[in-house]
Amino acid sequence: MSGGDVHALGIDAGSTTLKLVALDGQCSMLWHMLEPSQPRLEEQAKRMLQEASAKAGRELGEESIVATGYGRNLIPAGRRITEITCHARGAFAATGHGGTLVDIGGQDSKVIVIGQDGQVTNFVMNDKCAAGTGRFLEVAATRLDISLDELGRVALDSKGEVSISSTCTVFAESEIVSQLARGQPIEHIVRGLVRSLIRRVAALAKSAGISAPLMLSGGVAKNPAVREFLAQELSQAVELPNHPQLMGAYGAALLARADK
Amino acid sequence: MNPLGSLKYHLNVNLLGRSFLRFDRMRLTRRMRRVGFWKNEYLSPPLMTSPWLKELIASHYLKGRYANGHGPVAWVTSGGPVEFLVALGYYVLYPENHGAVCGIRRSAEDLCIMAEGHGYSRDICSYARTDFGAMLGGKTPVGRLPRPDLLLCCSNICQTVLLWYRVLAHHFKVPLILVETPFLYRDALPHQVDYVKRQLEAGVEVAEKVAGRSLTPSALGLVARRSKEASLLWAEIMTCGKQCPTPITAFDEFIHMAPIVEMRGEQFTVDYYRAMLAELKGRIEHKLGALKNEKKRILWDNLPIWYRMRRLSQLLAERGVAMVASTYTNAWGELAEMMDSSKPIESAARVYLHPILNRGTGHKLETIENMAREYQADGIILHSDRSCKPYSVGQMDQREKLAKEMNLAALLLEADHNDPRVYSDEQAENRLEAFLEVLGA
Repeated sequence: MSGGDVHALGIDAGSTTLKLVALDGQCSMLWHMLEPSQPRLEEQAKRMLQEASAKAGRELGEESIVATGYGRNLIPAGRRITEITCHARGAFAATGHGGTLVDIGGQDSKVIVIGQDGQVTNFVMNDKCAAGTGRFLEVAATRLDISLDELGRVALDSKGEVSISSTCTVFAESEIVSQLARGQPIEHIVRGLVRSLIRRVAALAKSAGISAPLMLSGGVAKNPAVREFLAQELSQAVELPNHPQLMGAYGAALLARADK
Repeated sequence: MNPLGSLKYHLNVNLLGRSFLRFDRMRLTRRMRRVGFWKNEYLSPPLMTSPWLKELIASHYLKGRYANGHGPVAWVTSGGPVEFLVALGYYVLYPENHGAVCGIRRSAEDLCIMAEGHGYSRDICSYARTDFGAMLGGKTPVGRLPRPDLLLCCSNICQTVLLWYRVLAHHFKVPLILVETPFLYRDALPHQVDYVKRQLEAGVEVAEKVAGRSLTPSALGLVARRSKEASLLWAEIMTCGKQCPTPITAFDEFIHMAPIVEMRGEQFTVDYYRAMLAELKGRIEHKLGALKNEKKRILWDNLPIWYRMRRLSQLLAERGVAMVASTYTNAWGELAEMMDSSKPIESAARVYLHPILNRGTGHKLETIENMAREYQADGIILHSDRSCKPYSVGQMDQREKLAKEMNLAALLLEADHNDPRVYSDEQAENRLEAFLEVLGA
């Protein structure tokens, strides 16, 4: 069996991005695709899967596909599994151990406690609010006219920090406006915003009961300030798997492979 | 009582209403017997006693509709010591049960909005807001609620009721009997029982004055006996959930609990639960489960999410997950043994001091642990109910202990028992599905 052949696909239809991961027969990641989520998710996913089939050089049947993420029910797949199970499976395979996985996605944040055999032993998700999620930073970045990629570096380089008291995305936006009006430097506000997000996520993690080591996944993990602040707030080193943003899709692909 | 009011009551309730409701029950029963009546792939047919339950509930609200002018009316809290009111001939209305009916019939949201429009905060319990909405606008899916002549509020379920019933007393300008139950960290001490007993005795005097009649020991003894008998039957009904497969789920109990809450002390309630228990025993004998294929068993903590019961019941059934018991329905049976009809007032004082919500969170955890063992549960859903703080407090710690010490899959599900605006289908079901995956269902 050639290591280059695609044996399974995992597709993670998140609220912000659509991710697809292809696995070979040895469960190694062959390649991946990542696009911003479009309103017509179903059509986008179909097109992505067609492209994946073209790349694989053969038609991939639904039995080789597991879908996860909020849009999973719109995707033609053999099985649909929640992102809790998929992220846990992906992170366990990527790091080779259990622990506590913090996943900060676009729409929600999750803390998943993974046992030593890779099973989910506990999980919690943020409540019905965008404050502890990537959307919080997106809204703030737009308001401050900074790209999301720069946000982490700006926060880390800042010498000062403004306290953002609000834990609501909508009110935080008005708080940003007030802080700007008071003449606060943008970088101080950015640092305060990331701190505010992380404090919320850290509280969530504590409620799940942290079992070391601490791991981080999701698109927000690319932000270096998020990693550093999370380590500070939870007094633990944060381990980042390769491709943290792809953990859900990778886990889904692993589950698709296991189904075979 | 006035003669015209009584005539209207007898005409509409005893003559027309009773005949129509009996006919409707027979019609529904016949329909349930028809081949092909039940098409659900995952759930077994409902109990044959269900049409009887429908008749009881409809009859209860029909009596309420024509109660003013016929006899005294009292509005009481769900954990209220109601026996002396029933013995005095009061028609008793439970705003919380009415709230649940509004929740199931999807009219609670409009009633809450009506209350909020009058200045009642969204942070107040959604049952209270539903009740205020009905009080202010007069709208209810049950036709019409009777005006109270008396209010009875017992603090054994929460502190909100103290303010809620003050609002009602102010609005209706009627006497309010307040029964204050000291919070218990262990079994009630003699002076605590005596304290509640004296309040009940004072309450009886007020209720007698409002009703214009005296309470006789024989009438109170009879009601107390029926109350105990119905509670014992209800407790036995719930133990049927220990069977594998269970012939009844907690979703069924949420519906079938109406009589034990709002019709305690009546003979027809005893008769109804006796028939229901017999039917369940028959199902056990024939190994007929409430689910067609029971694979996993879970518990439920807290009030139900009234407006999503059917959806959640179906979702769990599709995955073979039977909700075998709940701490909520258990609360109306667990104290049955404590009732003593030979000492109705003293025994009521003791019983109404001990509901799960009037005791510490440690007691609740112990109750859940015992239930998990007895009902062979694989997991538990703890409904973190935004409207019911006393029930929800401690759930995070309870979840952790149940997961770690009893190896139960445990989910904290954030919702509200009556306000659908607090509930998000997408998010709740996503969490539920992840929980089911952890459960292995």
